[in-house]
Amino acid sequence: MEFNVIYVIVAREFKKFIRERSRLFSAIARPLLWLFIVGAGLSRLVPSDTGVSYTQFIFPGILGMTILFSSIFSSISIIWDKEFGFMKEILVAPVSRLSIVVGKALSGTIVSTIQAAIILALFPLLGFNLSVVQIIAVILICAFTSFSISAFGIVLATFYESYESFSVIMNFIVMPMFFLSGAMYPVKLLPEILRICAKINPLTYGIDAMKHVIFRFETGPMSPDFLFIVDAAVIILTSVIFVLIASRAFERKG
Amino acid sequence: MSIIKVENLVKRFGDITAVNDVSFEVEEGTIFGFLGPNGAGKTTTINILCTLLAPTSGRAFIAGHDCIKESAEVRKAIGIVFQDTTLDKDLTARENLIFHAYLYNVAKDKMQQRVDDVLRFVDLYNRKDDLVKKFSGGMKRRLEVARGMIHWPRVLFLDEPTLGLDPQSRTNLWEFIAELPEKNKVTIFMTTHYMEEAEVCDRIAIIDNGKIIAMGTPDELKKAVGGDVIYIKTTDNASAKNEIERLFKFNVSEKENEIYMTCGMGDTCIPEIINTIGEKVISVRLQRPTLNDVFLKLTGKTIREETSSGDDIKDFVRAYRKRH
Repeated sequence: MEFNVIYVIVAREFKKFIRERSRLFSAIARPLLWLFIVGAGLSRLVPSDTGVSYTQFIFPGILGMTILFSSIFSSISIIWDKEFGFMKEILVAPVSRLSIVVGKALSGTIVSTIQAAIILALFPLLGFNLSVVQIIAVILICAFTSFSISAFGIVLATFYESYESFSVIMNFIVMPMFFLSGAMYPVKLLPEILRICAKINPLTYGIDAMKHVIFRFETGPMSPDFLFIVDAAVIILTSVIFVLIASRAFERKG
Repeated sequence: MSIIKVENLVKRFGDITAVNDVSFEVEEGTIFGFLGPNGAGKTTTINILCTLLAPTSGRAFIAGHDCIKESAEVRKAIGIVFQDTTLDKDLTARENLIFHAYLYNVAKDKMQQRVDDVLRFVDLYNRKDDLVKKFSGGMKRRLEVARGMIHWPRVLFLDEPTLGLDPQSRTNLWEFIAELPEKNKVTIFMTTHYMEEAEVCDRIAIIDNGKIIAMGTPDELKKAVGGDVIYIKTTDNASAKNEIERLFKFNVSEKENEIYMTCGMGDTCIPEIINTIGEKVISVRLQRPTLNDVFLKLTGKTIREETSSGDDIKDFVRAYRKRH
């Protein structure tokens, strides 16, 4: 692995992220809509559980959503790079495919974690009282989850050649991943088939880990669905697997 | 010393043979041109040499390294300007070059200096902090050449470098390319389907349907199709014709008030002829064979006629690669 390569890939993405204000704005607008409109509306329908309102319940899920969209978007930019030729510049360079994939996944991680941290900063508005330790723990979970989802996005991007496929990915992969992640409703309450789908979704475990840290209660319908150790193991394992699959795919094409 | 060595290279895409038993060598410090219509196999050959594509059979070496087995070594030794732009348009000129310098592990203490140097070399230093999307086609190409040079490559590949440029930028770019080998100690491997542009090459391989059909210096190739043609207009064509035939044993013909003849070295023949029939001469012109004549003679078609079927092959190859 070449650190100069990882560094420059991340630097490029970060520079572009800072330049495109509209990208940051829309990335933050979406979770706010869900939190304060969908959440506020539904909390009239869903009774609070163990003192947690519905809007509070979906807070970890909305952080997960922020990560999901921005990580996938960052990785899907590989398709743009292919379309506009820039990928060739990277592929003919004397660098290992693993460095390219790790660099790209870290780009998604940093950009997503920044956005998630901005949303997390709203916690007082939602009636939470989080300690510094809790805040740091949530940010760390966001970073690890972002890495896994970004790596997954890179695997997706290796299958597609043109940006027309973007809407396919959004509608058939990203949206289902969001709805079946325990973000809007607990996984334990889902019908059997959907529960299985949620269990193979890496985002589910990232959101579940955040629920552990933010809520600190272990029973009731709104409680976390899995053990924290399981969440952590799945996130790390899927990160490694996706990175390896993506490097293999790049190797084959390169 | 040969810096590029290609032996019996073959590349098939399904039923289509894009490169068919191609062999050649390129001397260090020269400009070598691959000339042929679209779809002749030029880009496929470049992609194999650049380690982006594995050949079906045959071998290729750059600076002594095997393009298939030692791809990392080969990649370090080459710079490439692809047919389509491969710049990041949302970054500045300088940022694009810095990105490249990092990828090629240029030492940090030399990086800034090197980037500034190549920017000055392509005359873009005063635009270094502008986003690439504001650049014209010619500027983008120059920036790509600069980028290809950053890591001191031993071979620079230029795949149709003037495609889509206006005539003036094209001329500028060629003047610039012609100076590259001497100023930067680099060997150039370029492809083009513009005959006039191949004139800057030290050696040319003419490629058609995946096969090399002729190879040599531009002059050698032109000589092979026959020599120069001299056209003379005189006050008395008939007697001038007789005199030249008698003295020089040329086969002289007459057309549209001019007599004309083919001879090996037109520029030395003209003074001799004028010395003998000087007082009758009204005008003289010399026509040299062009690389177009060479291509026409070798393939029976001009290079432009091929364009449409060449694009068909390109589409086919693209579709094939998508499927596999």
